[in-house]
Amino acid sequence: MIDFCGIALEHPVINASGTFDAIAARRAFGDAILERFPFSAFVSKTVTLEPREGNPPPRLWEQGAGLVNSIGLPNKGLRGYLEHDLPELAELPVPLIVNVMGSTREEVATLVAAFAERDVVAALELNLSCPNVKTGLDFGVDPAATEGLIAHVRPLTDKPLIVKLTPNATDSAAVAEAARDGGADAVSLINTLRAMPLHPMTGEPWLGGRTGGASGPAIRTIALAQVAQVAARVDLPIVGMGGVQRGRDALDLMHAGATIVAVGTESFRDPLAATRIVHEMTPSEDSRSLEAPSTAR
Amino acid sequence: MRRKATVVEARAVGAYRWLACSDDGPTPRPGQFYMLAAVEEWGGGDGERPFLPRAFSYLRAGDGRIEFLWEDVGPGTRRLSALQAGDGLWLLGPLGNGFTAAPGPLLVGGGIGIVPLACWQDTVGGLALLGFRDERHAEAAELMSGEVELATDDGSSGHAGFVTELLASALDRDPVVTVYACGPPPMLEGVRALCAERGVPAQLALESGMACGFGACFGCVVPTRTGYVRLCVDGPVLAAAELEAVA
Repeated sequence: MIDFCGIALEHPVINASGTFDAIAARRAFGDAILERFPFSAFVSKTVTLEPREGNPPPRLWEQGAGLVNSIGLPNKGLRGYLEHDLPELAELPVPLIVNVMGSTREEVATLVAAFAERDVVAALELNLSCPNVKTGLDFGVDPAATEGLIAHVRPLTDKPLIVKLTPNATDSAAVAEAARDGGADAVSLINTLRAMPLHPMTGEPWLGGRTGGASGPAIRTIALAQVAQVAARVDLPIVGMGGVQRGRDALDLMHAGATIVAVGTESFRDPLAATRIVHEMTPSEDSRSLEAPSTAR
Repeated sequence: MRRKATVVEARAVGAYRWLACSDDGPTPRPGQFYMLAAVEEWGGGDGERPFLPRAFSYLRAGDGRIEFLWEDVGPGTRRLSALQAGDGLWLLGPLGNGFTAAPGPLLVGGGIGIVPLACWQDTVGGLALLGFRDERHAEAAELMSGEVELATDDGSSGHAGFVTELLASALDRDPVVTVYACGPPPMLEGVRALCAERGVPAQLALESGMACGFGACFGCVVPTRTGYVRLCVDGPVLAAAELEAVA
């Protein structure tokens, strides 16, 4: 068992928010997915105060070693989530972490307060990749706005608050410090990197949302750099993610400073990828215990 | 869950690639689909495309094997087309909803869209109206088990013109039918509009780029009268009446 912010986890691999829909997976695969649930905790898709339909298609672009997505955070809104999704997610065999996002402090506070009183929710993750209506900037690129937001919602719950950092900030570690100073219990990183694939015939943006977020193995080394940078400056538990495909990728992130690891895009290729990755996280797969330098792989 | 299948046989059928592999998974329903990826050389190393699995309706299944058909149009189908007997293939499925039986089946397929109609015709019978670009593509019509009427864009086989023209004539002869259609978006939109005009119920098997196939990525949405739906878990077969248009 691993202790993460007071939550007991059976192993160190969870899912990245928005990359696994446990309710849809149960429709597709039946209760087998609960019996063989691949993650030690489940992180929900982002919940916003009001329902969102998401971005117009096309929403996906495959690139070498990864994916660019422009999904646009479709969700049923707080009321819909509490009524429809939460009772189903309560049946999962692992702790539930709810990811929330708002465009004002007050919106985020309403979301945090609503989940604070739900016993089934083990922790909250705050998605800061949302424009702050006061500044127009994403909360997550602005250390002062981040600290102010976290300090505002911190008193509303005893549950662990995990702050999801964006790699699109100038200095992720400065944002992590601000999250810590505001009262965050942990940080998670990296979110996707802003990217813009073009239509091969027209040269116009391919994605309905024009830009999207790059994920997958293509961003793995960027994640390592950012996790290492944040770990060097902030003494908080870290959920590390970005391009994890194999056990050694997860171990690399933990060596860089992650406490636990999240799998995202790889689950699209195989719903039970996380189970395989956990099995691969053995000492023999740990490159630091091998004689050959890691660059010789 | 995802499992490793072995290719039993692979060959060309006209312009298409036909493949059969072993499978001991659940029995699929016509219209359902699978996510396929070659075991080797498919995003396992760094920098590779194809990276994500690809969604394919199955052509036929039974006796521990399953058949697929595709046209080589990109890196994924090119890699799949290189598979030979004995090679490994990742299978995830059956996924999605499939067709629902209703009286008077009339099947309408365009190009590679004939795939889900093959096993559906095995099950419910009915006439299949099939449109292809040319004679070479039209060779795939031999994969159907029942009655077929052909159209080709260049007139090299069957009626010269669109399959929707065959559909209009068929509806003139007998309007009391249920249309089952699969094909490229402009053809499906033609089928949808014609059926709406004639008051004929239709079930359309749609296609959309998918990263996962099981509802995780939210990437495969299509607009319906009630908002976006994920084609992988709410489709790929949708009632035509649910759609304003096939985009």
